[in-house]
Amino acid sequence: MFRNESRKITSVLCKCFGIEFLQVAEDITHDTFLKALETWTYKGVPPDPVAWLYVVAKNQARNYLKRNTLFLEKISPALQYLNSERQDMDIDTSDQHIRDSELQMLFAICHPSISSESQVGLALKILCGFGIDEIATAFLTSREVINKRLFRAKDTLRRIKADIEMPPDSEIEKRLDAVLTTIYLLFSEGYYSECQDSVLREDFCMEAIRLTALLLENKQTHQPRVDALMALMYFQASRFPARRAGNREIVLYDDQDESLWDQVLIARGAFHLRAASTGSSLSTYHLEAAIAYWHTIKEDTPQKWENILSLFDQLLQIQYSPVAALNRTFALFKVKGPGEAIAVAEKLELTDNHYYFTLLGTLYLKVDQEKARAYLQKAYLLARTSPDKHTILKKMATCNKS
Amino acid sequence: MDEYALIMRHEDGLKIASPEQIQIWMQQTMDWIAGIKAKEKYVSGTGLLFADAKVVKSNKMITNGPFGDIKETIGGLIVVKAESVEEAAEFAKGCPVLQGEGNTVEVRKIATH
Repeated sequence: MFRNESRKITSVLCKCFGIEFLQVAEDITHDTFLKALETWTYKGVPPDPVAWLYVVAKNQARNYLKRNTLFLEKISPALQYLNSERQDMDIDTSDQHIRDSELQMLFAICHPSISSESQVGLALKILCGFGIDEIATAFLTSREVINKRLFRAKDTLRRIKADIEMPPDSEIEKRLDAVLTTIYLLFSEGYYSECQDSVLREDFCMEAIRLTALLLENKQTHQPRVDALMALMYFQASRFPARRAGNREIVLYDDQDESLWDQVLIARGAFHLRAASTGSSLSTYHLEAAIAYWHTIKEDTPQKWENILSLFDQLLQIQYSPVAALNRTFALFKVKGPGEAIAVAEKLELTDNHYYFTLLGTLYLKVDQEKARAYLQKAYLLARTSPDKHTILKKMATCNKS
Repeated sequence: MDEYALIMRHEDGLKIASPEQIQIWMQQTMDWIAGIKAKEKYVSGTGLLFADAKVVKSNKMITNGPFGDIKETIGGLIVVKAESVEEAAEFAKGCPVLQGEGNTVEVRKIATH
């Protein structure tokens, strides 16, 4: 509850004050929760805790306004708004206004003037309510690095005076693309991070889904590619329980018990994939969602891999990426056999990537045992996580046996 | 049976705590207090806010903080009933504040006539 409410309060305060006072909004939110800690702990949780938080946040905001003359001058419009309605409701905390503020903050944070890494960090901190330590853990870096990164990003937003408004219709397409990229990265950070804290990682993914839901609720941003991204994320998230089923480490796709795949999330994914199939443009999210859809069927059929291969072909045409090319090679192997796949794979030369060597090793298993072993050894040296190392060792064992 | 104040001293590390962490601390502290209440040994307690704290010095100068000179400062206190200072100290052992390195809980008997 604290995390949910903190992000709402920060968004609403920041919307009211302007982006220049993002830090002030964050501080007021933080003080509100400290006050809750020092009060509720000893006096008991109030009957309506959320309302209590809003009242305290508003009071803190008002006190801040009274004290800080610089603040007074700079945000006089907001101040008038606060004063005029002082008798009853100072700051609009209706659900609709909270949602609008969050969506507008999302666009402000995904401003083209700051790096995508910082956008993800800011989104996690402000829109999702994560702490610096949690963000640092997920990014496998130190608190200082994250603090510096966020400080610089906030500084930029302040300098350019980013609006906390929805972009005009003329810009919405481009700005929406930036927002989707950030949400996609946020989800990937949770899904593929090497951080071992699976609860935290899943929380990141669920936050990405929540932010996408905000976009889908709004007419201006409810577009087919947003549905496609949502479908992609639901399909991937459906495997969380199966990934978690191991004792300590993540269970990789091939070893998962598919009866643990969350059928409700798969159905939601399918719903959004259908909803995405309108309009004339085909985005990378559409293709990735379709590939993810085929992965929700565990059984290997020719049809499955032919479809996946053709989807990868289209994906690479729209946007080439080494990782997608690598994954395409695996699909090619499933459809055409090792010979053709090896020829394509060896041209990729992704020599710093352990997946690349794992794939080459796998492709060579039935062709040339010596080469298979050599590639898997290279992969083992490059792999960083123990589930990955474990998979490679298992493959090496099969090549020793035969 | 005497009353003892358990005085929690900790760093104002709260400035960096996430909302989630604050919620966890709150739950832990409430559980701790509930355990003492269950034994009918709890008298009262209060948190002390770090925000807006002032210190008035002997020259009547008012400063912010008390955070300049000492790292650990009083964050809250509870009063418990106990047969001995040892029993009160046992209660103090369960205080979640002690998870933070350098944090302390001071046990002091409350003076009576």
